[in-house]
Amino acid sequence: MAKSNKPIVWSLFAGGGMLSAFVTPVLIFITGLAVPLGLMSLDSLSYDRMLVLAQNPIAKIVLFAVIFLPLWHAAHRLLTTLHDLGLPKGRIAMTLCYGAAALGSIAAAVVLLRI
Amino acid sequence: MTEPTLQVEILRYRPETDQDPAFQTYTVPYRDDWVVLDALNHIKDNIDRTLSYRWSCHMAVCGSCGMMINGEPKLSCHAFLRDYYPNKIRVEPLNNFPIERDLVTVTDDFMEKLESVKPYVIPKQERAVDEGPHLQTPAQLNTFKQYTMCINCLLCYAACPQYGLTPDFVGPAALALAHRYNLDTRDAGREQRQEIAASNEGVWDCTFVGECSQVCPKSVDPAAAIQQTKIASTIDWYKALLNPWGKR
Ligand code: SF4
Ligand code: FES
Repeated sequence: MAKSNKPIVWSLFAGGGMLSAFVTPVLIFITGLAVPLGLMSLDSLSYDRMLVLAQNPIAKIVLFAVIFLPLWHAAHRLLTTLHDLGLPKGRIAMTLCYGAAALGSIAAAVVLLRI
Repeated sequence: MTEPTLQVEILRYRPETDQDPAFQTYTVPYRDDWVVLDALNHIKDNIDRTLSYRWSCHMAVCGSCGMMINGEPKLSCHAFLRDYYPNKIRVEPLNNFPIERDLVTVTDDFMEKLESVKPYVIPKQERAVDEGPHLQTPAQLNTFKQYTMCINCLLCYAACPQYGLTPDFVGPAALALAHRYNLDTRDAGREQRQEIAASNEGVWDCTFVGECSQVCPKSVDPAAAIQQTKIASTIDWYKALLNPWGKR
């Protein structure tokens, strides 16, 4: 049997899964609840602060990771779930899922690089 | 007092006479200490001798009595009538396998896959008898002990939607057994097993639905074995990428 190249896709999926499980909920909590509800100061997400953050090269890498990996995770999960539901893993489904993740990743990279 | 009874609806198929499988309903006495297998034995002994099914131990050890009971893969010697009474029980052969006759399925596909992962200790070097036994600590045994509990009952294959969709998929029990020998300190056969386990048809066809571990009567947790194999195979893959001169 052929040696598989699935580990590339799967390691992105696994990494994205870890981030989605551990980091994404915290980010949603901070940006969606804590700051709007006043549990944290409104100022902590101010434009100026965020701009400085996004200009830092290390922060850029971190921001890219928390966007890019969960996108790949979602694409792969969606594809396999569609397959579980009986949809053949055809070229169209693959292109749509991975294509959306690729576009999102490129968009994130471009935006981050331009800041 | 009339004895309470229960209806059992069984999918029958006798290839020499039946065009297609069809249900046949039997009425059996209800006893609260009876399992579905007892009901089948009652039918075979007293009502219809033509009914075919596999069983041997009647104690969840031999792994031969797996069937779909009300749509769920179960050992029929482990499924109590009292959990269904007074409702009708529907008994069918295991999903995802061709029917040989009545509740008997053709399991050759699994047997071939099981063989392909070499489910036995492959030592690095043959050990002479006078070298004494292999010693293994309880901690070393614990890393794989749960995977040794598999009784090859195939409930996990009947539960796995991927095996149903992708018949080439090596499947839960065989992959769990490959993992079991890979983790054994006496074994040096991982590389040979990886040929199958790390191929596309191996662990990578698994989408981690997790049904296999849900239905396993022996708490083997094949889904965990498969995910651990995915991690180990991914590490191998990156190692090979970073060290292209290393041994393949
Ligand atoms: S892993 Fe569990 S369900 Fe699957 S064959 Fe072994 S004992 Fe049966
Ligand atoms: S008869 Fe042996 S496992 Fe059920």
